[in-house]
Amino acid sequence: MNPSNHCIVIGASHAAVQLIISLRQNGWEGNITVISDEDHPPYQRPPLSKAYLANTIADEQLALRAPAAYQKLNVTFKLSTRVTSIDTQNKQVHLDSGEILGFDKLALCTGARARPLPIPGADLNAVHYLRTMDDVKGIQASATTAKTAVIIGGGYIGLETAASLNKLGVKVTLLETESRLLKRVASPQVSAFYLRLHTEEGIDIRLDTQAAKLLGDQALTQVICADGTAIDADMAIIGIGVIANTELASDAGLTVDNGILVNEFAQTSHEDIVAAGDCTNHPNPILNRNLRLESVPNATEQAKAAAASLCGIEKAYAELPWFWSDQFDVKLQITGMNQGYTEVVVRGDINNGRSFSVFYIANNKILAADCINRPKDFMLAKKLILQGTDCDAASLADESTDLKSLLI
Amino acid sequence: MPVINYVEFDGTEHSVEVAEGITLMQGAMDNLIDGMVAECGGCCVCCTCHCMIDPRWTEVTGTAGTQEAELLGYLDTKEPTSRLACQVNVTAAMDGMVVRLPESQY
Ligand SMILES: Cc1cc2nc3c(=O)[nH]c(=O)nc-3n(C[C@H](O)[C@H](O)[C@H](O)COP(=O)(O)OP(=O)(O)OC[C@H]3O[C@@H](n4cnc5c(N)ncnc54)[C@H](O)[C@@H]3O)c2cc1C
Repeated sequence: MNPSNHCIVIGASHAAVQLIISLRQNGWEGNITVISDEDHPPYQRPPLSKAYLANTIADEQLALRAPAAYQKLNVTFKLSTRVTSIDTQNKQVHLDSGEILGFDKLALCTGARARPLPIPGADLNAVHYLRTMDDVKGIQASATTAKTAVIIGGGYIGLETAASLNKLGVKVTLLETESRLLKRVASPQVSAFYLRLHTEEGIDIRLDTQAAKLLGDQALTQVICADGTAIDADMAIIGIGVIANTELASDAGLTVDNGILVNEFAQTSHEDIVAAGDCTNHPNPILNRNLRLESVPNATEQAKAAAASLCGIEKAYAELPWFWSDQFDVKLQITGMNQGYTEVVVRGDINNGRSFSVFYIANNKILAADCINRPKDFMLAKKLILQGTDCDAASLADESTDLKSLLI
Repeated sequence: MPVINYVEFDGTEHSVEVAEGITLMQGAMDNLIDGMVAECGGCCVCCTCHCMIDPRWTEVTGTAGTQEAELLGYLDTKEPTSRLACQVNVTAAMDGMVVRLPESQY
């Protein structure tokens, strides 16, 4: 490999960090420059709505790697710098500083941003989104004086934030426009469990409720719902999903379709450009369809494939998707994708307590499992799904059957 | 700073300084040690930071918590001194500790 080659990585988060580590592991000898518009060295996002917001871990513990690791990798970071365009013909990126950098290979790890809520008052003080470390610092600053908070959106981020603010002693009301929580990702059974959990913990959950405007002079004072209800609030957090950062790619002429389109080797439609993480739409060979995922395991595993491609090595990204969420004393672990399920099997008591698993089945095969405080079920469900054997619903539901005995 | 000796499955040894208070998992990640995956970044959910504590140090590291023990129980590669490295906070008393890594984290 030509040691003078230059690889530029756009973004400095989960996908980017794994990508630069894997580049060196695969023998990339050239220069590596990582460009990020955030002003912090790479940090972990999942704890932002969990332990970090609840003040149980410090800034240093949020770091993805210690500074010395990046020195060892011999990587140049350009923080607080935005790439404004990619010139694929001359193989250059343009930065907001006016600087122009040439590349031999380019990796897009641009991730996603919080979806804005287009209602009046969303720009008031004490109204926050939650995607970055700076967002959380803003939320924490508001939370030091706030007695009441409204959370707009009943997805994972909204629910985790509700639990963390509750821990900080703030009274939380959560608004969800749909008729159940987590509608986009969870089954009605699991949605009902999360409603029970949050209600038991003192969160005021309002379903079928849409925020129409946010009122206040400079700082927020009230949230007005579409049905006219007014809720007093000293702070609000908007968690209504994300938008993949694909504009750089589409402006550069790369194929974009609900994410930057890549193949199983994380290659885009341009031979010298790869992409990985939240910003991609990629094929999943296990599920036989395309996915755009928002998860850390997706970002890191896909980044390994992307780095290999840049080094001329073929390493397909083919993993079963998985995800987790922490709320109160409940750890949810999800393996597989439940889309298209026709049957639900519950193992354990879903109506009482906080420990059970839900299996999703179609054509006699397990597609996915949601495991609530059941790490062992999670590990075994993953194996059962990958194994793809015909499942025996009665045994899955029967707690006296060891799941291990269902493996072949 | 305490020195931790991480030993990969093939015998490759890495003697590295790890700050007190961070986890054995993060210590391995910060030092770019192969054989540690840590898919979830240290949340005790994925079981990909499995390691075996040298028996001489198990008293210092303590034993696995409930959730950790349950995850470990599932592993084919589990040994009597197995731990999830994300659940072990490094202390001064661990100076010189030997930590072996399994052949695979999957
Ligand atoms: C609060 C919260 C909790 C989460 N919890 C979990 C969880 O429990 N489990 C889980 O698996 N996942 C979780 N996620 C999702 C997970 O964090 C993401 O999937 C992951 O961060 C994706 O990594 P990435 O590298 O693809 O992109 P990102 O983390 O989005 O990083 C992309 C970076 O690129 C930068 N960037 C974009 N465009 C440019 C440009 N033009 N120039 C310079 N820089 C640019 C962005 O500012 C950003 O810093 C959570 C996310 C959030 C926000």
